[in-house]
Amino acid sequence: MDIFETLSYYLHFKFVVYALVVGTLIALCSSLLGVTLVLKRFSFIGDGLSHVAFGAIAIASVLKLTNDMLLVMPITIIAAVLLLRSGQNTKIKGDATLAMISVGALALGYLVMNIFSTSSNITGDVCTTLFGSTSILTLKQSDVILSIVMSVLVISVFIFFYNKIFAITFDENFANATGTNANVYNLLIAIVTSVIIVLAMNLVGSLLTSALIIFPALSAMRVFKSFKSVIICSAIISVICALTGIIISILASTPVGSTIVAIDIVAFLIFYFIGIITMKNQ
Amino acid sequence: MSQLTCKDVSLGYEGMTVTRDINFTVNKGDYLCIVGENGSGKSTLIKALLKLKSPISGEIIYDEGLSASEIGYLPQQTIVQRDFPASVTEIVMSGFSGSNGLRPFYTKAQKERAKKNMERLDITELANRCYRELSGGQQQRVLLARALCATESLLLLDEPVAGLDPKVTAEMYDLINQINEKYGITIIMVSHDLNAALSHATHILHLSDHPLFFGTKDDYLESKVGKAFVDMMGGIS
Repeated sequence: MDIFETLSYYLHFKFVVYALVVGTLIALCSSLLGVTLVLKRFSFIGDGLSHVAFGAIAIASVLKLTNDMLLVMPITIIAAVLLLRSGQNTKIKGDATLAMISVGALALGYLVMNIFSTSSNITGDVCTTLFGSTSILTLKQSDVILSIVMSVLVISVFIFFYNKIFAITFDENFANATGTNANVYNLLIAIVTSVIIVLAMNLVGSLLTSALIIFPALSAMRVFKSFKSVIICSAIISVICALTGIIISILASTPVGSTIVAIDIVAFLIFYFIGIITMKNQ
Repeated sequence: MSQLTCKDVSLGYEGMTVTRDINFTVNKGDYLCIVGENGSGKSTLIKALLKLKSPISGEIIYDEGLSASEIGYLPQQTIVQRDFPASVTEIVMSGFSGSNGLRPFYTKAQKERAKKNMERLDITELANRCYRELSGGQQQRVLLARALCATESLLLLDEPVAGLDPKVTAEMYDLINQINEKYGITIIMVSHDLNAALSHATHILHLSDHPLFFGTKDDYLESKVGKAFVDMMGGIS
């Protein structure tokens, strides 16, 4: 059987189609805000929040919730809001708070899972949550619908506030001085980021979500020079990498999350060199 | 017609007063230059006028109808992140974001105005260039065009020529002067550069731990404070 036959064979399975649809949407959403997060020096917030989400998932699995999103989403959003507040408070520096919260959540999550879990394979559970090895292939219809609804929400918020997001990313002081309340939009960005992270955990697991957010943005920034073109390009890179990653992982039975991130890294290297070459030609 | 009045304003941070008892009025079309030594609260005053910072005491009264979304601002030059991708047009247009409220997109009229402001500042041919690749003087023009998109009446400038070479500095002052005279936009500017302040401004506010002088330029040059300060800065060329 050649690759295309294998592929069309797999496409008959519902779970493969689900994975591709959800994967595309998540990749699209995460790349949109990536540019802003990278430029606002918020890259680490994505990482910290994904650890918080891991802790929340641990609690949800101990409580045996049927839909753990209902717990994980609010906890992550609250953490995002707190992190943003702490950034403005000078007593504990923003990055220290972030490190504290993210490592703390990771440790407590693992502890809770170990003490209360009834599962016989705790290490496997933890590994799945951290690296998302199978969750994208075991999506239920309800998960797919939830992902679609959330993605549409994220994309519309982004388009609606695009000009504001640009203004506060480029120059927060000017935005504040001329009547845009930057704090409100920072808050909005934090909330949307947490929604994206919780969604992206399905695809690549909690440890790797920030890769999905920052890699496409950084790649696009090597080559393109206006905000809009960078965002469009990073969305395209992200979707292509995610789709390629999912397909390769199905064909070669590699773990989905790390395969996608590996391809993101390859894309980054390609764009990095294109950037160097075009710079020289100027 | 007064646009802006400061009444017994005291400024500072973290409980420490930097400057106190500031009283002055700015009328439409004025060109006010704020001078004073380092640490005398010049930039703090600009931040207070922009409502980015509230005064410790006293009040800043704006003319009716002059809201934050109608004030233009040229911030002290900050080092733009080297990797920030933004075209000149995108930055100029972002001057409208404050006045747009919740409207998500820019209107045709705003696009026309942005184009006009870019023509006024002679940066039309830079429209699609990447901001980070421009020279310091060009970058300041772009930010000035953005500030003009944010206002039709009042422009605040914080050290607009810091880091620019003498030729570009002179051009920048000419532009600011033009904006004031041709378009009737009130200017409030903080500057280290006494020469420029005294050649273009109509009014001077000299700050220290309290205001040493407020009045017209000519009175300032006659005053004791003014004479002493001019001498200290090496006179007028």
